[in-house]
Amino acid sequence: MSMKRTIFALTLAGTAAALALPVMAAEQETPPRLKWSFAGPFGKYDQAQLQRGFKIYKEVCSACHSIQMLAFRNLADSGGPDFSEGQAAAVAAEYKIKDLDDKGEPTERPGRLADTFPPPFANELAAKAANGGTAPPDMSTLAKARTFQRGFPWFVFDAFTQYQEQGPDYIAALLKGYEEPPKGFLLPSGGHYNRYFPGHNIAMPPPLQAGQVTYDDGAPQTMDQYSQDIAAFLMWAAEPHLVQRKRIGFQVMIFLIVLAGLMYFTKKKVWHEVEVPGEIAHGQDPKKTTI
Amino acid sequence: MSGHSTYQPQSKFLQWFEKRLPVGGLIHSSFVAYPTPRNLNYLWTFGGILAFMLGVQIVTGVVLAMHYIPHVDFAFRSVENIMRDVNFGWLLRYLHANGASMFFLAVYIHMFRGIYYGSYKEPREVLWILGVIIYLLMMATGFMGYVLVWGQMSFWAATVITNLFSAIPGVGDAIVTWLWGGYAVGNPTLNRFYSLHYLLPFVIAGVVVLHIWALHVAGQNNPTGIETKSGKDTVPFTPYATIKDGFFLAVFCILYAWFVFYIPNFLGHADNYIPANPAVTPAEIVPEWYYLPFYAILRSIPDKLMGVIALFSSIIILAFLPWLDTSRIRSARYRPLFKQFFWLWVIACIGLGWLGSKQPEGIYVIMSRVFTAYYFAFFLIVMPLLGIFEKTKPVPSSISDPVLAAKA
Repeated sequence: MSMKRTIFALTLAGTAAALALPVMAAEQETPPRLKWSFAGPFGKYDQAQLQRGFKIYKEVCSACHSIQMLAFRNLADSGGPDFSEGQAAAVAAEYKIKDLDDKGEPTERPGRLADTFPPPFANELAAKAANGGTAPPDMSTLAKARTFQRGFPWFVFDAFTQYQEQGPDYIAALLKGYEEPPKGFLLPSGGHYNRYFPGHNIAMPPPLQAGQVTYDDGAPQTMDQYSQDIAAFLMWAAEPHLVQRKRIGFQVMIFLIVLAGLMYFTKKKVWHEVEVPGEIAHGQDPKKTTI
Repeated sequence: MSGHSTYQPQSKFLQWFEKRLPVGGLIHSSFVAYPTPRNLNYLWTFGGILAFMLGVQIVTGVVLAMHYIPHVDFAFRSVENIMRDVNFGWLLRYLHANGASMFFLAVYIHMFRGIYYGSYKEPREVLWILGVIIYLLMMATGFMGYVLVWGQMSFWAATVITNLFSAIPGVGDAIVTWLWGGYAVGNPTLNRFYSLHYLLPFVIAGVVVLHIWALHVAGQNNPTGIETKSGKDTVPFTPYATIKDGFFLAVFCILYAWFVFYIPNFLGHADNYIPANPAVTPAEIVPEWYYLPFYAILRSIPDKLMGVIALFSSIIILAFLPWLDTSRIRSARYRPLFKQFFWLWVIACIGLGWLGSKQPEGIYVIMSRVFTAYYFAFFLIVMPLLGIFEKTKPVPSSISDPVLAAKA
């Protein structure tokens, strides 16, 4: 009786799950997987791409999004956009930083290398008020704070293939994911339909258009290029030591594999006389062995 | 088992010192002369790996604590500061965060091994129970460490887990307020979690000493589950166990380094890179992977109090294993039925882990209930009954017997 009921319950549940699956799939669309220079065990940031991405951040995103954990000096970090120190200082000088003067009075001064990027709004409430009730998130860790469900068994394969670029893939897809809502989709006022945003209703209006930012290095001024450049820049902002991490990682791997190999052969040598009883390892006096 | 030490220091100074504090003899008898069964397989290297991981966690943790600020306004920022501006701070933090996962991976293999080979049975009951205590302490420590990051998942995990205590009738709410140090998870909560997260690893280290002490009194179990009978059955710890442990530790470190250097955020949750925000509830609140089976057990039961009881019982029940298992044979090698029930139980544990990461709806709830029922049935029904009804295979008379026979 209980066996029959269990089978019935399992069948029922299986059917329910099969019906539920397409609904869940529509919940968040999987962003296309892009090629990133910083993917894989030998990945490095593309310096020119980061510089272009920074240009987009500076000219477009920074109007609403803060990036408070990034300092101007970081722009000159090796492994990153690798601007010269002079260039980074020039960028810093364009910003006004709130400070106190000698008399303790509030004042503004030009930014220095040690300063972090000042936020576009005085505080979160001001950010909310200026953006229809939703504060634009800080971009310092954004590329690591966004992802999408990979699901079983893909997430297992990701551990082996080192697919760790879900964040940039999602950001690049989102920027190009604005479209007309499908028939019957009720979009709340102030919302925008985005194919890749969970729930599809995003507060941010389409931020970028082709040709909006002028590139000095001849890279195409297309949405494909823009979205990848800014996503790469945000990945660097979230993980500035990625290049160093992967470089040291390779050295550590070589060391550990050699160490493990040497240990293995030492172990074999040591255990030889135990595993082959009666036979004494070459060059040893049988009377001296404890086995 | 450990016997008296035959340690004879060479130098005059060490002889002088040994007479006053025989620490050299202790080390010699514990880690050099200590007899270990000659037939141990690589599953027995995980004790050493766990000791290593505890060391790594303490060393990286102490340095991280030099840079971390346990305050709701600065905690997230200070972690990012470690990642960005502290020299090799990213390495320390990724070693520590992934180290916790490796620690739990190793402890699960260690526990599965103990259950498979009946390592908890007489005379190793106290050794086993000390292990269960270490595991409980590890869970508390890992949970509080995850909260310290003060990301969205930290905050909401802290809220969900501390709220479990509100299920206790009558005093539940008072206990939760006491745990929080306020009326919500806030600065007092973060501050005390930091204090305890620093304290508990040293408590673990203390219990580990007792665990190793108890091990050296009872002696190691082995894949046959037969007690060692003569010198023929054992080899000295050094060099045999040290080189074997060392080799497999190096292999384990390759896995560890893979995570740290190539996929450091694979086991984390993206939401924890968003600063904690009490006003925004994440779409899903999921604990770290090593708690997922217990989370699934909790959610498989519709009643909150019963769910919490099931959650805690699922861990506490481990302490009663030596008495729940009635079989006189230790190793699953000679217990054909137990072997099958054991692997089913492993599947149930992994299945519960997967279900813990799913939304509790539809088929997932039913599967969680089936696996939870089996999880408990394995301990409460299968183990007591199998000891009585199972027809076991013939057990060899000594360890060296099957080893030598296999070679012949």
